[in-house]
Amino acid sequence: MELDIVELSRLQFAMTAMYHFLFVPLTLGLSILVAIMETVYVMTGRPIWRQMTKFWGTLFGINFVLGVATGITMEFQFGMNWSYYSHYVGDIFGAPLAIEGLMAFFMEATFVGLFFFGWEKLSRTAHLVVTWLVAIGSNFSALWILIANGWMQNPVGAEFNPLSMRMEMTSFFEVMFNEVAQAKFVHTVSAGYVTASVFVLGVSAWYMLRGQHFELARRSIAVAAAFGLASAFSVVILGDESGYNATHSQKMKLAAIEGMWETQPAPAEFTLLGLPDQEARETKYAVHVPYVMGLIGTRSLTTEIPGIDDLVAQAETRVRSGIVAYDALMQIREAKGNVSDEVKATFEDHSKDLGFAFLLKRYVDDPRLATEEQIVKASNDTVPTVWPLFWSFRLMVTLGFSFIVVLGYFFVVANWKGMQFPRWALRLGVAIIPAPWIAAELGWFTAEFGRQPWTVDGVLPTAMSVSHLSVADLAITLAGFVAFYTVLFIIEMGLMIKYIKKGPYMDVTESQEWQRKHELRLQSSGDTAPIPAE
Amino acid sequence: MILHELLSFELLRVIWWLLLGVLLIGFALTDGFDLGVGALLPFVGKTDAERRVAINTVGPVWEGNQVWFILGGGAIFAAWPPLYAVSFSGFYLAMFAVLAALILRPVGFKYRSKRDSAAWRNGWDWALFVGGAVPALIFGVAVGNVLQGVPFHLTDDLMPMYDGAFWWKFITLLNPFALLAGVVSLAMLVMHGAAWLTLKTEGPVQMRARRYGSVAGVVALVTYALAGVWLAVGIPGYAIVGTAVTDGPSNPLMSEVVRTGSWMSAYAARPWIVVAPVLGFAGIALATLGLRAGREVSTLLYSKLGIFGVISSVGLTMFPFILPSSKMPDASLTVWDSSSSHLTLFVMLICALIFVPMILAYTAWVYKVLWGKVTEADVTENSDSVY
Repeated sequence: MELDIVELSRLQFAMTAMYHFLFVPLTLGLSILVAIMETVYVMTGRPIWRQMTKFWGTLFGINFVLGVATGITMEFQFGMNWSYYSHYVGDIFGAPLAIEGLMAFFMEATFVGLFFFGWEKLSRTAHLVVTWLVAIGSNFSALWILIANGWMQNPVGAEFNPLSMRMEMTSFFEVMFNEVAQAKFVHTVSAGYVTASVFVLGVSAWYMLRGQHFELARRSIAVAAAFGLASAFSVVILGDESGYNATHSQKMKLAAIEGMWETQPAPAEFTLLGLPDQEARETKYAVHVPYVMGLIGTRSLTTEIPGIDDLVAQAETRVRSGIVAYDALMQIREAKGNVSDEVKATFEDHSKDLGFAFLLKRYVDDPRLATEEQIVKASNDTVPTVWPLFWSFRLMVTLGFSFIVVLGYFFVVANWKGMQFPRWALRLGVAIIPAPWIAAELGWFTAEFGRQPWTVDGVLPTAMSVSHLSVADLAITLAGFVAFYTVLFIIEMGLMIKYIKKGPYMDVTESQEWQRKHELRLQSSGDTAPIPAE
Repeated sequence: MILHELLSFELLRVIWWLLLGVLLIGFALTDGFDLGVGALLPFVGKTDAERRVAINTVGPVWEGNQVWFILGGGAIFAAWPPLYAVSFSGFYLAMFAVLAALILRPVGFKYRSKRDSAAWRNGWDWALFVGGAVPALIFGVAVGNVLQGVPFHLTDDLMPMYDGAFWWKFITLLNPFALLAGVVSLAMLVMHGAAWLTLKTEGPVQMRARRYGSVAGVVALVTYALAGVWLAVGIPGYAIVGTAVTDGPSNPLMSEVVRTGSWMSAYAARPWIVVAPVLGFAGIALATLGLRAGREVSTLLYSKLGIFGVISSVGLTMFPFILPSSKMPDASLTVWDSSSSHLTLFVMLICALIFVPMILAYTAWVYKVLWGKVTEADVTENSDSVY
């Protein structure tokens, strides 16, 4: 297996996926924030809420289009660069991708045109429905994509078919209600809501610092702080749920994230900081917090969490079992399925370990001929590189908690301190705009890098999943993506900044007219409660 | 799940072959006119305002239209995984070119009129032209290659393999027959784009669209006929040896395939399929006449009919083959050996039955809301909110 192609394919996937996810979280969250603003507009009739909807909607549009465009790359890339993966698990993995198109993306993309072009053509209520359909569509999109991704982490509801040489679905419901996918979905969309809330809050804080668009800024902060704070709690709670799931579905990933080499007596301690050393198989200068890991990982005081060394020993057993499965598979394939029941039974007993035999294909074409040394190597390959996981996870979690603090502060001041933000707080609001993106990228890195050496955990190794392309093929497309995506990013940022500087289009006469009518209405109803100026 | 056995594996495979056709045709009918408008942009719009009119006829709908393509990719992945694996990696650099064009296009629509500079707008106009013309051409080139057979083979593990240097694989895709098929596709979609512009615009943009569109229609007719003759006399077909096993496991290597005779023997075996090319010729001819006469609604309908006929003629002629292999005919992908499992096909069919009618209903509603011509006044009065 040419490692160059594997590494280049991985690099390309990592780059294009992380680039795609620069736009996705803002789409997920901003679509909902815009829909909330428009709901307030339709309920109160206040023009400022429509102007806010249109302003944030413009920024949504500039971002949305790149999310859509870079999403096409993702849909193509499995077939282009990962053709064996596509063959091997397409029967399961393709279904949620197709349903995403049918159920979610079609709705989102069809109505997003009307969101921009339909203001004059639709009634207020009809337009509001369109906006909500865009928001619901984009969030359902995330659901199905994460069902697909969740299956890569925890491949349930499928079994290997020796005659078609691939995994085939046995239960759609198990795939759909995969606990890993469900926790990931809420964790990921909540992270999107936090991203959009921090973005809206940051841009509004910038307006306040410059003394501009105060009416838009204070209302936007009120919405964003409340929505963002609730979402920030949700991110942390569902992140914890993902960690809990990992203790039974992805033990190796969890142990690597924790830098936990040896199995500890329950409840395990949590390593707050330290320097993981892959060679020496220990985490140096570790700062421990007793009990915490056991409580997070197992929610009990008595269940053990296995360490990396024990998991490697388990992997070795599975590699040996996988070789037995591989041998039976070869016999079944040779005879086109007409083999004795004994061979079939052997295959069924060992088929769940077949993927572990494929780990040997890096070293030897026929896993049955593997030496002891190669078996040990393949077992060690099941350990991902620990230090990047260890650190990216800790940084992500720190950022996650910091969003609760910052959004909580803005929420309190917005609701009980009359929007009197000190300048340092506004500056902080602007400064943290990039932070949710960093946290989201680190989260994806932890999830996907931690899955190595597998594309589908325990089923298909990454090295076997690639297309048989030439290095030149991959170099051309990689260089093309880097150049193309860099230019698009510069253009996008330029437009974002231009439209943020330009600010909202405020129709002053319309607002004054509404205010006059509103006061008349209040007088005639005898309600004299003061209302804030428009 | 026992429920899925209500429908036989064989029947589900045929249904999903039809649905594959529905998706490709759905894509060509909707996104096809977006591509056509993109390819026509420099010709129908001489001033900035005229170009904005042309762009804004597709402005509110291109996103939804493009999903037909994305859904097509997703459905091939879900229902025909070997096809997805072999074709996307096999046409590697061509796919990359399509991808680049399809990324440029949305960005072009959205960003073009967001700055006033003439250089900025000219740049994006080129991007929209390339983003329309290149995919329209490549889709036809791909079909031309599929009809000739693609040089791939499968290992015993069913890993798709291609031999030869990367540039050679790319160059050989651009062979004369494939290029002819590419011209059919480009001309057809340009005609379709012109039919759309005739319906949605007036004045000089409409006049030019009619003129260029009727030329494209004639080119489409001539090249489609030429490709048919070439296919009949110059390109050998493929056939499964013996009786095809229609409900076996999806393993292309289990059947024996030979290159023999002509694809056109399908018309002897299933004479009724001649309906497809007849619709193709009639639809394009009537649309061309309609463009010349300046009829609006009927021209677009005829254009759709023509595209429907042309695309179905390819599928029906090749049935049951989907992607034949010129290098290792046994590895050819057919309806009977390159689908998903029985259960997956069933689950996906249920999803399609629920969602496709909904998609058609709300898409129709959106087109109804947007019914009517786009004028220069619309563009200048709403300069901030339109493209």
